[in-house]
Amino acid sequence: MTAAAPEPKANMGQPVPRYDAAAKVTGRATYASDMPLDNPAYAFLVTSAIAKGRIDGFDLDDARGVRGVIDIVTHENAPKLKESKLFSNGGYAGTTIQPLKSADIAHDGEIIAVVIAESYEAAREAANRVKVSYTAVAPSASFDSPGTTTAAAKGQNSQFKEDPEVGDFAKAFDQAEVKLTASYDTPTQHHNPMELFTTSCAWMGDNLVIYEGSQYVYGLKNGVAEQLGIDADKVRVVNPYVGGGFGSRGSMTPRTAIIAGIAKRLNRPIKLVPTRDQGFTIATYRAETRHEIRLGAGRDGKLAALRHEGSEVSSRPDAYCVGGTKTTTRLYACPNVSSLVSIVRADRNTPGFMRSPPEVPYLFALESAMDELAVKLNMDPVELRRINDTTVEPIGGKPYTSRSLMACFDEAAKAFGWSQRSPQPKSMSDGDWLVGYGCAATCYPTQMAPSAARVRLQRDGRTRVEIAGHEIGTGAYTVIAQTASERLGVPLEKVAVFVGDSDLPPAPVAGGSNSTASTCSAVMMVCDQIRQRLFKAVMPGDSLADKAKETVGISQTPSTQAAKSDRPLDLDKAFDALGVGVVEEYGEWKPEGAPLDSFAAMHSGHARLVGGHSMKYKIAYAFGAEFVEVRVDRFTHEIRAPRLVGAFAAGRIMNPRTARSQLMGGLIWGMSSALLEATEIDERNARYVNDNLADYLVPVNADVPGVEVILLSEQDDHINPAGVKGLGELANVGTNAAICNAIYHATGQRIRKLPVRLENIEV
Amino acid sequence: MRPFSYQRATDPDLAVQALSAAAAANNPLTQAAAQPLAGGTTLIDLMKLDVMRPAALVDINPLASGWSAIESKGDGLRLGALAKMSDVAAHTEIQRNYPVIANSLNLAASAQLRNMATLGGNVMQRTRCSYFRDVSYENCNKRNPGSGCAAMDGVNRMHAVLGTSDQCIATYPGDFAQALIALDAMVEITGRSGTRNVPFADLHKAPGSTPDIETTLQPGELISAFSVPGRWPRSVYLKARDRQSYEFALSSAAVALDVQDGTIRDARVALGGVATVPWRAREAEALLKGQKFDDDLAQRVAAAAFADARGRQHNSFKIALGKRVVARALQQAVTMEVRS
Ligand SMILES: Cc1cc2nc3c(=O)[nH]c(=O)nc-3n(C[C@H](O)[C@H](O)[C@H](O)COP(=O)(O)OP(=O)(O)OC[C@H]3O[C@@H](n4cnc5c(N)ncnc54)[C@H](O)[C@@H]3O)c2cc1C
Ligand code: SF4
Repeated sequence: MTAAAPEPKANMGQPVPRYDAAAKVTGRATYASDMPLDNPAYAFLVTSAIAKGRIDGFDLDDARGVRGVIDIVTHENAPKLKESKLFSNGGYAGTTIQPLKSADIAHDGEIIAVVIAESYEAAREAANRVKVSYTAVAPSASFDSPGTTTAAAKGQNSQFKEDPEVGDFAKAFDQAEVKLTASYDTPTQHHNPMELFTTSCAWMGDNLVIYEGSQYVYGLKNGVAEQLGIDADKVRVVNPYVGGGFGSRGSMTPRTAIIAGIAKRLNRPIKLVPTRDQGFTIATYRAETRHEIRLGAGRDGKLAALRHEGSEVSSRPDAYCVGGTKTTTRLYACPNVSSLVSIVRADRNTPGFMRSPPEVPYLFALESAMDELAVKLNMDPVELRRINDTTVEPIGGKPYTSRSLMACFDEAAKAFGWSQRSPQPKSMSDGDWLVGYGCAATCYPTQMAPSAARVRLQRDGRTRVEIAGHEIGTGAYTVIAQTASERLGVPLEKVAVFVGDSDLPPAPVAGGSNSTASTCSAVMMVCDQIRQRLFKAVMPGDSLADKAKETVGISQTPSTQAAKSDRPLDLDKAFDALGVGVVEEYGEWKPEGAPLDSFAAMHSGHARLVGGHSMKYKIAYAFGAEFVEVRVDRFTHEIRAPRLVGAFAAGRIMNPRTARSQLMGGLIWGMSSALLEATEIDERNARYVNDNLADYLVPVNADVPGVEVILLSEQDDHINPAGVKGLGELANVGTNAAICNAIYHATGQRIRKLPVRLENIEV
Repeated sequence: MRPFSYQRATDPDLAVQALSAAAAANNPLTQAAAQPLAGGTTLIDLMKLDVMRPAALVDINPLASGWSAIESKGDGLRLGALAKMSDVAAHTEIQRNYPVIANSLNLAASAQLRNMATLGGNVMQRTRCSYFRDVSYENCNKRNPGSGCAAMDGVNRMHAVLGTSDQCIATYPGDFAQALIALDAMVEITGRSGTRNVPFADLHKAPGSTPDIETTLQPGELISAFSVPGRWPRSVYLKARDRQSYEFALSSAAVALDVQDGTIRDARVALGGVATVPWRAREAEALLKGQKFDDDLAQRVAAAAFADARGRQHNSFKIALGKRVVARALQQAVTMEVRS
C-alpha cells in the first residue's frame, strides 16, 4: 500500500484504483463539451458591464459585419421562456433572475446578448464588437453599501425554518465566569471548477439533448423542460464526466434554456463555451458572511452559553442563505443556546451552494471562538473540545448516530506532534519563520436522498449498473462498481457502470455529500433483488430473504454461521432454473424518514434530502480534527502552511484511495480559503474585479508540501444500508479556523477575517 | 480575439520592415497595428481579452539563432532578447556571477511560462491592472487615453505606490527588469537605421500624463539584446508574494553590493511590485556607499527608498512591506557567501 492507497482498516473497502483512471489520464474521458455535434453553430455571451439599470440600446452593425455571424439574440428577440422557481421553492433554478427578458439589469455580468456564429472565433469577435448603451443606477454591492435591505432568514427562505435555540442564553451568558464576544468575516468565493460553464443543445425533432456538466441531470432535465414548456420526457441531459462542480452545477442556471431555445429556433445544434470571467456571474458563488459569536463558560471550560448570529448577502429577488447555525448550535454540549441568521439583499447575482455551504463560514466563526476561549481559560484547545464533547445534540436532545470527534483529535494530534507545541504565542520559530500550531474540529451532516438503480447480471458474471449519478471527480464510478462487485460477488473487472445520463434511473443531486450513501444504498438493494431472484430459482422452498441476506454472494463461499449450511450459489444452475440469459432488476430506494412524495419527486428532479439534524429521533454527522503548522516570515509577513494533518471518521469508507483524495483536496481547499481565495468586489459598481485564475488565487503545488490524511474506523448502523457518511465536504470545513488559530499561535495576533493576507499581520 | 495576419520574420531586417510598414505616425507602440510576437505569453492573452488588437503579428522567433545567445565574458554579460527565461535562469555562470538575475527569472511566473517566454518579451510585458485587462471598464487612461482611471479609487491592492501619476497607478509587474536596472544594464535596440544602445533605465516611461506610452521604443524597433557591465556575485532578488510560486510580487527588491573589508564600495537597489516602471532607488543607494552595514543603516536605506511613496485605499501596506523587503534583501546580500 502507498500513501495514495491507504491500507484498509475495519469497515473499509479496498483502495482499488479509479474505474475511470486510465480514461482520465489518457484524455479519453469525454466531458460535455467533447461530445460530437452534427454541424453545430457556436454561441458566445455578451454580459452586462453595469450591475443595475437598463439597456438603452444596442449597436450591432459592427458585430453583424463579422463574417460567419448567424444571429444576435438580445432581450428584443430572445426566445420566450417560462419562469423558473428557485430550487428551494419547488423549482429547479439557482436564480430567478432571468436574463434576456427585459432591458433591466439586475447584476454585473448578467447575460444581455448571445452571438451565434459559424465558428467560436467569429462569435467571440462579434461579441467583442457589440456596443451597448446603458442607463446605470448606483448599485448596492455588499454589507456596507447604502441601499441594501436586511431581514431575518426565517420566514423568507423555505429551507431555513427556525433559528435554533434552547435554554436561556441571556441569563447564562450574563452569569458565566468567562465570556467571549467576537466577530468574524468570510469573503465572497467562486467555485472555479476547471470545466467552464459550457452547454450544448441539440434537437432531434421535438426531442432535446443537452450536453452540460451538471451535478443533477434530473433536475436540469426537468427544469429546462419546464422553462421551454415541453414534456420532461423529451429532454435528455448527458454528461458522463463532470470537470468539477463544488456545488456550482447543482441547480439550473439560466443559460441552458436560453441556448436550447435558440437552437430550436435556428434548427441547429448550438455549443456555448463561456469564458472564465463570465463564469463568475452566470452561475452561483459563495456569498460573503459576517458573524458574531458569544460564548460563556465556567472556569472548568464547560460551555454554559452560546449565541451565533450570522448574516449573509443574497440577490434582490432571491432569499438564498446557508444558515450554518443549524450545525454550530448543535456541535458542543451547551445548555443555553440562541441564534439568528439574517439575509442582506444587494444588487448581486444569486449565491448558491459551494462546497460545505453552511459549515465553511459558520464553523470558521465557532472554531475560532473556541480557540479564543481556550486562550482565555489558559487551556489546551483540544481539551476544551473534550470537555464539551457530547453524544447528544443540545437543541433537540437527539443522540448522534455515532461521533468520533475526540478519537479524531487524538489520532491527528499524535500524527501531527501536538505535544511538541509550546502553548505561548510567539514562542516557536525557525530562522526567518515564526512557527504556529493550530487545530479545529470539522464536521459535515450525513445526508441521503431517494435513488433508483438498474442492475443487470449475465450468466458469465458480467454486470451492468445504470444510475443517473454523477462523476464529478469524486470517484462515483469506482464506489458504485465496488458496491455491485461486493454485493453480487462478481469480479470488479466484470462490472460496467453508467452514470451521468438522465435516461438512466434517477439519482439525487450530487450535493450535500449524499451521493455515495444514496447511490450505493440503491445499488445494494437492487443487487439483493437479483440475488433473491436467483436464490428463489434454485431453492424455492427456503426462507429466501434471509438466505439472500446471509449468504455472502453468488459463487462465493458463505462465511456467516447462518449461511454455513448453504453451498455457494451456482450461477449456471440458477440461470438454468430461471430459464433466462440475463437477470435485470430495477429498484427505488429511500432513506428512513424520507417524505411520502419522495419517489415521485425523485422522478421529477427534486431530491428530498434527509439526514443531518433534520431527522426525527437522531442526528447524523461525520467528524474530523485538523491540525496545521503555519509559518509567518518575520520580515515579509508571508504566510505559508507547510503541514496540514487531518483525521476523519465517516462511517464505512468505501474506498480508502478515493476517500483520501477527497479529504486531501478538502484540506488544501480549506487552506486556500483561509489564505488565498476571495473574489474582490468593486464597491462603487458592484462588479467582481479579479474574475480570472491569475488574480483569483488558489494554491499551487509549492504551497502544499505536506498533507496527511488519517482515516479512522467507524461503524454506524443507524444511517443507511451502506453505512456511509458523506465525506466530500468534510475536510475543507475546519481548516479556516485551524489556520487562523495557528497564526495566532505564531504571531500573537488574532485574525477574524478571511482570507488572511500578509498585510493583516503586524509583528 | 480579432482576425490578424501572421508573418514569420526570417531575418532582423524583414522584421523591422514588417513592423515599420504598419506603423502609423503618432500611434504609441502599444497601439501599433503590427506587434512583434515572441513567446506570446503576454501578447496573446491581451489579444484574447480584446485589450490589444493588432492587425498583424510579426513572429520574431526565427531570429532566435542570432538573438538568443547567453555570453558571459569575464567582466560583463550579454543576453540575446530571444533567450528563454528558463535557459538564462539555469545558466551556471549567471547563477554564480549574477544571482540577482537568475533569481529574478526563477521566481517569476511558472516553469511552463519560463520555458516559453523570452527576455525581450519579459521586459515588455504589460501591467496586470484588472481594469486595464477588462475592456468592459470604460475608464482606463492606459487603454483608452483621457477616459480616467478606474483603479484609482477601485480595487487597487496590487497597484503602485512609487512613480504614480493622477492618470495611472498601474504596477510594472516584471521581476527581471529590476535586476537589469539595478545592474546598469544597457539595452540594444535594432531598428531601421541599425542598432543603438540605450541604458535600460531609459527604456520605460513613468505614466505621467500619457500612461499609454510605456517605453521609449518606437514602432518598428525591436530589442535585440541586453548587456550588463561587471560581475555581481553578491546580489540577491527577494520577492514577497501571496503564494509560494507562480505569482507576481507584492513587493520585491533587487540588491547588488560590492563589499570590501566590511565597507560597501558600491550598492544597487531596485524595487519591484511597488512602482509603475522598473525602479531604481538611487537615494537609498547613496546612503550605503562607503558605509559599514548594520541594521540601523538598513532601516534608513529602506526608509529612503520609500520616501516618496504614496498609497491608495488598498495598497498602502506596500510601503511598510517594501521597506522590510529592502532591509531584508540588504541583510541577505551582506551575509551571503560569495565564492571568489
Ligand atoms: C499567469 C502569469 C504569471 C506571470 N507571472 C510573472 C511573474 O511572477 N513575474 C514576471 O516577471 N512575469 C510574470 N509573467 C509574465 C511573463 O513573464 C511574460 O508574459 C513573459 O515574460 C513575456 O514574454 P514573451 O516572450 O512571451 O512575450 P510576448 O507575449 O511575445 O510579448 C510581450 C510584449 O513584448 C513585445 N515584444 C516581444 N519581444 C520583443 C522584442 N524583442 N522587442 C520588442 N518588443 C518585444 C510584444 O510585441 C508584446 O507586446 C506572468 C505571466 C502569466 C501569464
Ligand atoms: S491604473 Fe492605469 S492601467 Fe489601471 S485603470 Fe488606471 S489608468 Fe488603467
